[in-house]
Amino acid sequence: MADKRKSCLSGKGVTKVFGFGRTRTVAVNNVDFDFKEGEVISIVGESGSGKTTLAKMLLGLISETEGDIYFQGEKRDISSHGKRKAYWQQIQAIFQDPFASFNIFNKIDSVLLDCINMRGGGRLPYEQKVEMMTEACSFVNLKFEELTNKYPFELSGGQQQRLMIARIFLLKPKILLADEPTSMIDACSRATILDYLLQLRDEVGMTPIFITHDIGLAYYVSDTVYIMEKGVFVESGSADEVILHPKQPYTQRLINDVPKIYEEWDLSTV
Amino acid sequence: MGKVMLDVRELTTKYITRFGEDVYAVDHVSLAIEEGRSLGVAGESGCGKSTLALSLMGYYFPPLYYTSGDIIIDDNNISGMDPDEVRKSILGREIAYIPQAALNALNPTQKIIHFIEDVVRAHDPTATKQEIYDMAKGLFESLGLPAEVLQKYAVELSGGMKQRTVIAISVILKPQVLIADEPSSALDVTSQKMVIKMLRNLMDNGYIKAMIFITHELPLLYNVTDDIMVMYAGQIVEKAGAHDAVFDPLHPYSKGLMGSIIVPEEGLRDVKLAAIPGVPPNLKNPPSGCRFAARCKYVRPECRVYSVPLREIGNGRSYRCVISEEELRDIYAREAQENG
Repeated sequence: MADKRKSCLSGKGVTKVFGFGRTRTVAVNNVDFDFKEGEVISIVGESGSGKTTLAKMLLGLISETEGDIYFQGEKRDISSHGKRKAYWQQIQAIFQDPFASFNIFNKIDSVLLDCINMRGGGRLPYEQKVEMMTEACSFVNLKFEELTNKYPFELSGGQQQRLMIARIFLLKPKILLADEPTSMIDACSRATILDYLLQLRDEVGMTPIFITHDIGLAYYVSDTVYIMEKGVFVESGSADEVILHPKQPYTQRLINDVPKIYEEWDLSTV
Repeated sequence: MGKVMLDVRELTTKYITRFGEDVYAVDHVSLAIEEGRSLGVAGESGCGKSTLALSLMGYYFPPLYYTSGDIIIDDNNISGMDPDEVRKSILGREIAYIPQAALNALNPTQKIIHFIEDVVRAHDPTATKQEIYDMAKGLFESLGLPAEVLQKYAVELSGGMKQRTVIAISVILKPQVLIADEPSSALDVTSQKMVIKMLRNLMDNGYIKAMIFITHELPLLYNVTDDIMVMYAGQIVEKAGAHDAVFDPLHPYSKGLMGSIIVPEEGLRDVKLAAIPGVPPNLKNPPSGCRFAARCKYVRPECRVYSVPLREIGNGRSYRCVISEEELRDIYAREAQENG
């Protein structure tokens, strides 16, 4: 069934090498993947496994050392400013560090207005724009009236992270790369946000790609899970298959080390 | 019933903002921990978990101020004590604290053993280097940390190792009570497990007599502590044994919190996660009624007018809600049925 769906983002032999000589580090080592349209994907790995580097390559923020990335079946071309801008209308991201993701000189209104303009809503009356921004903020439990005329650094980490997610509701991209999207958000609002993101998938056919170390989150949201260790995908497949019946020792260890509530958590294995 | 190691009665502490406003972050909190028990504190960020930790230790430095209530550690009432005096005679010996970013607490220019020497000598100036080294070596080895760590600098250790080193140092003066505030949230799952194993080890081997574990991660709490206390907007809303708190929560807030747990176990994908809409109240001017009323699904008119105190229902359980235990259980059972 999965094969019949259109490919939305795929890669062949994607590699990223940082440094050279003695400091040469292969962060992502020759990975192949094929993400289908409308499929929820998770890339799971521990810190330092190369998941964020891969995300940056998918976004086109850093160039791949080797290999090719294909977008909707065609080789991705982001060689000029215009092409990059067109690409970013299709693919958007939520970064793990919200503090580093906003321009500190721009007020929150302008962050959100930019999103509306990017979707071609620049000529809409201001009242309608406010309505759209208020709605987007309400999806993530933020009040737009409280945010207007504030700067991003005046918000808490969790609020900034939610603001970043609110952008996605305005942008409605084809692909959403969510790098640890809920790391600073409490469990109870996490459920709301995940549900809305999944709802967007159904409404506008967005393909969410979650990049996370939280195996529980990956299991809850995704259709397909990729397990990454030291720059390589060691295991991939449907969420049930990978997480309930892991084959690789690395995956087994990862799952074993997560605290559980229904099963005994075996502390003797570390 | 074991000896009560830490007894806190109606503790209230506040922050004074730079505009002179009072923010009561810990509001009439009472708790008691017996010897050999551990207590978990859960709640969302900003609910006063970390402030509670600081308040319990008597660590009042502006903008945090003590308002009222008693803190009795090992028959010693430290409420209202001068914080500098607390630092000298209570911290480390009676009560030890592992802060959220403990791994940043190590001095990068000192070897670990020199740091330990400073810690021990601050409390016992007569200890010799050899004594301290032997003590530290014994402690580290019994906790499963290699003794070589003592001769290393902090930068040579990994994050998980640093965290475990700090935990080991925090118990070197044999405190009665250990307060761990999110000791493992910055670590990956494997290091987290090692930290948890070490904390369990400390309890089992009698290095500490009681522990308070603060985290927002409920599955972790369930696996570590005997009892769980849920905080909301500076108040305790529910107290129960770990199993009851997770599988049979009573207060609507704890119910929502437990319903949002994500664990990679079979069946999770079929469950719809519960979500609590809205945000906690601003503690600068908290509502006069129940603090959870604005977000509560089962809110009643009287909830917005007055709030009820914690209600004991036996078996060491208590909760804070106007709705009776039976009625709440009925509501939850009906809801579970509707959701299939």
